[in-house]
Amino acid sequence: MADILRLEGVRKSYNLGTPVETEVLHGIDLSLEAGEFAALIGPSGSGKSTLLHMIGLLERPTSGHITIAGKAIAGLDEASMTELRGRSLGFVFQFHHLLPEFSALENVMMPTLIDQGRYDGKMRERARWLLAKVGLGDALDKLPSALSGGMQQRVAIARALAMNPPLVLADEPTGNLDTHTADEVFELLREFNREEGSAFLIVTHDPRLAARCDRRIDLTDGQIQSHPT
Amino acid sequence: MPFEWVLALRFLRAGHMQTALIVAGTTVGVAVIIFITALVNGLQESLATRTLSTQAHITVRAPDDAPTPILNSQDGSVLAHVEPRVQRLRSIDQWQRIYRELPGTAHVVAVSPLATGSGFAFRGNASKSIALIGVDPERYNRIVKMADKLTAGEYRVAPGEALIGTELAKDLGAGVGDRIRVQSSENRDDVFRVTGIFDLGVKDLNRRWVVMPLRSAQSLLDLPGGVTHIDLTVDDIFVAEEVAQRIASQTGLTAESWMAINTQLLTAFKNQTMTTRTVRLFLILIVALGIASVLVVSVVQKQREIGILRAIGAPPGRIMRIFLIQGGVVGGVGAILGAALASLMVYGASFALRQDDGAPLITGAIDASLYLSAGAVAVITGLLAAVAPARRAARLDPVEAIRYG
Repeated sequence: MADILRLEGVRKSYNLGTPVETEVLHGIDLSLEAGEFAALIGPSGSGKSTLLHMIGLLERPTSGHITIAGKAIAGLDEASMTELRGRSLGFVFQFHHLLPEFSALENVMMPTLIDQGRYDGKMRERARWLLAKVGLGDALDKLPSALSGGMQQRVAIARALAMNPPLVLADEPTGNLDTHTADEVFELLREFNREEGSAFLIVTHDPRLAARCDRRIDLTDGQIQSHPT
Repeated sequence: MPFEWVLALRFLRAGHMQTALIVAGTTVGVAVIIFITALVNGLQESLATRTLSTQAHITVRAPDDAPTPILNSQDGSVLAHVEPRVQRLRSIDQWQRIYRELPGTAHVVAVSPLATGSGFAFRGNASKSIALIGVDPERYNRIVKMADKLTAGEYRVAPGEALIGTELAKDLGAGVGDRIRVQSSENRDDVFRVTGIFDLGVKDLNRRWVVMPLRSAQSLLDLPGGVTHIDLTVDDIFVAEEVAQRIASQTGLTAESWMAINTQLLTAFKNQTMTTRTVRLFLILIVALGIASVLVVSVVQKQREIGILRAIGAPPGRIMRIFLIQGGVVGGVGAILGAALASLMVYGASFALRQDDGAPLITGAIDASLYLSAGAVAVITGLLAAVAPARRAARLDPVEAIRYG
């Protein structure tokens, strides 16, 4: 199967050219196949978040190559990066990060609204279907503040899948949920992986969750060891 | 509705108090701008109308006699200066032709020929120095509404009839139906029957003016078929000077507008206008600062949401537009509410603020163009005020915004 994500010799340094220059990632080589379900695990300070931001096109590497959905990002300007991000990637953050002024349904439609410019019936249908899938079919018009933490995270998952992206990045998606809710949310991710065919890269420090993924990528001190689980 | 509008309106709506306050601020700003402009315009217009009730907007007359110095025919040097002469009464050259052409000039709505000069009026033993005003009564009434200013008799100036002012009537002891003898500076005289007595609101005119048929004045002043002035009315009193200058350059005659004659009044107007302009400028500045400060706070509050929007595919340019639209919308809504508030204020003022004679200082009507320009200024101010916050929002680093939950 074709690679959905490929990193070659990716390095990232902060405070470049100053006395406190620090290299966080020391040459990462990594690829992810379409439809893969992988965990990125590592202790805090290992550079997980930085790597995720790089893959998520929110930061550029200091050196090295990143290719997403067959597209090299080296020559892309900010606008093209943003467009690629919007179309090819879905994000699930640790802290839900929903827009508090918008209902669950509107939050789920947001990526498509940004992409298409205005609301249409098709995106509404897709958003309804996704919310029904995550078990919130009767909370469409609720504001995030009226939903529990677990429910908010489900809305966030539905939003990440709104554009049917080939790759979903999840940063500690169950990080601040209780065990039971965490399990449910994790199962949802697996379900979408099976049914929608999106690849998932899940950042976690929970080895129990990592063990339930198809592949486990260990990041320690800015370097990785990858092995199937 | 486009994405940027959906976000901008929702952000404003969710801002409750913040939005309400800044819209209210903008509303008051716009209302005061419209109100103060309408008030000063009304003030100036009523003052001008009052002043012009006894004056032509433009008076055209023959140019003054200028003495020509005697020159040396060889080198053109001045051989002798000639003392200025006493200005004699002169008719406007070919006035009939000019008179026919004047109504075709832009803004001119009424034209009236006059033959005027000085003389004396006698009745019994009384004699008074007067101004002979020879007019075509119907035409002249469109320049100065004499018919409305009669205190006795009627507005009729047939041959052998004249109108006199209240002061002159008192001085001569003459009433309607009485006869007075008028002698001109050219030593000709004629007898008139008084058909009406007028009060122009200016004592000097009431004491000196004797309004008589044009033909009578022409023969008294020894100007057969001639006129000394042509009076004009224009549709917009504030273009009078412009029109006067155009007429002067076209005809070679002297054309004076009321503006040139009443320079103090005009200076007062200009000062007033400058004062309002300054007040307006500061109001705009205050409104702009208010909108900008609220949006700056809003950008800080929405840091995380801006980060999310950037992460899920919104480029910086569109984030910027969300905040620009908010500025524009605040300006626009403020403009609409401000216009409504200004209408109420003007309506109220038309009852509350009255002149000495009881006439309202400003009428209830405001120019539509004033609403439109105030509205445009408010929207543009809102947009400009939003530029700095919007750029700040667009420059936010999504990673920074998202990192901390």
